[in-house]
Amino acid sequence: MEHTFTDQNFQAEVLGSPIPVLVDFWAVWCGPCRVMAQVIEELAHEIAPEKLKIGKLNVDENPTSAGSYSVMSIPTFLIFKDGKVADQIVGAMSKSAFKDKLEKYI
Amino acid sequence: MRNVIIIGSGPAGWTAAVYAARAELKPLLFEGPEPGGQLTTTTEIENFPGFPKGILGTELMAQMREQAARFGTEIISENVTALDLTARPFRVQAGGQDYETKTVIISTGATARRLGLESEKQLYGKGVSACATCDGFFFKGKKVIVVGGGDSAMEEANFLTRFADKVTLIHRRDAFRASKIMQERTFKNPKIEVIWNTAVEEILGVAAGHVTGVKLKDMLTGEMSELPIDGVFSAIGHVPNTELFKHSLELDEKGYIKTVPGTPRTSIPGVFAAGDVQDPHYRQAVTAAGSGCAAAIEAERYLRD
Repeated sequence: MEHTFTDQNFQAEVLGSPIPVLVDFWAVWCGPCRVMAQVIEELAHEIAPEKLKIGKLNVDENPTSAGSYSVMSIPTFLIFKDGKVADQIVGAMSKSAFKDKLEKYI
Repeated sequence: MRNVIIIGSGPAGWTAAVYAARAELKPLLFEGPEPGGQLTTTTEIENFPGFPKGILGTELMAQMREQAARFGTEIISENVTALDLTARPFRVQAGGQDYETKTVIISTGATARRLGLESEKQLYGKGVSACATCDGFFFKGKKVIVVGGGDSAMEEANFLTRFADKVTLIHRRDAFRASKIMQERTFKNPKIEVIWNTAVEEILGVAAGHVTGVKLKDMLTGEMSELPIDGVFSAIGHVPNTELFKHSLELDEKGYIKTVPGTPRTSIPGVFAAGDVQDPHYRQAVTAAGSGCAAAIEAERYLRD
């Protein structure tokens, strides 16, 4: 299942999560983000939810979270582990290439 | 065994797919590393016929995709990692699987050229952007540069003034090659300043973890200077995506696939090329779509004969 993260629930849902979390920073005006939205949605169905929590964060509506992790380019994907950024992936790519980058978390 | 495999998902690939699907060839299309291609990172497209009010690049590509799917194109969201064009059937490898096909249409397009600096790589996503429409938002009230002198550079610079306080265009020469209309828009924009005869030597800010400025070189005097800025955008041309084909197909000196003039035929019968990957001259959405159509018709004829 795909989650929706916001400035309000970021602390509880992302930083406080007992399992790793993948956050997709996106916006409506970003073409490559739309492309990746499809990939993320598919992966959210394929990857076991107890291994990796997957969700999206709209940078336009949630500027605090995007700002505090200095997101300056979208799509940016941050993987959080124990409340800290463990990995950063920037830009669109194919599903298989993206999945390879997630391999160590799933 | 497939009739047609199409590699790439820009206007050339999707148009080839629409035509091949309607010819009942049951095409298989691999979307590749940048689904939708270069149009997904542009702003509004004002020169694609049939859209008098303009259309967003992403929207145009979504509609082309839908049209190709409607007629039965099989779409796989993978990168082609290898292909063998030396024997028949041709073999294409993608997502760890092998596919056999009678014909191949290559529409892998071109990728925006980068400045080629180590600091550019290190600061990618930290102030260095490959997509002005995606990232302009993050530069509200800031200062950015755009490197280049063509239409794309003017378009990006003008677009970025919606967000940034100041946009500086850095150009190696003393005149732009952009179209008149785009140059006029640029010179009229009070937020844009132009620095002529200048190249970017280094992007500063690696230690800080984000772009803090650029080191510039005056091409006439050789003098070096520093400009404090927050973001770096570049529009300095394109490189055709032909890495996969360089050992099997004839390429020109710039790396574009060579085609028989006026046709999409490559140096191997049954292999066709369409769109920017074989077009160093026009590189427009509509010319790409046109050549995609030609490639599908040629593939159909090739299969029939």
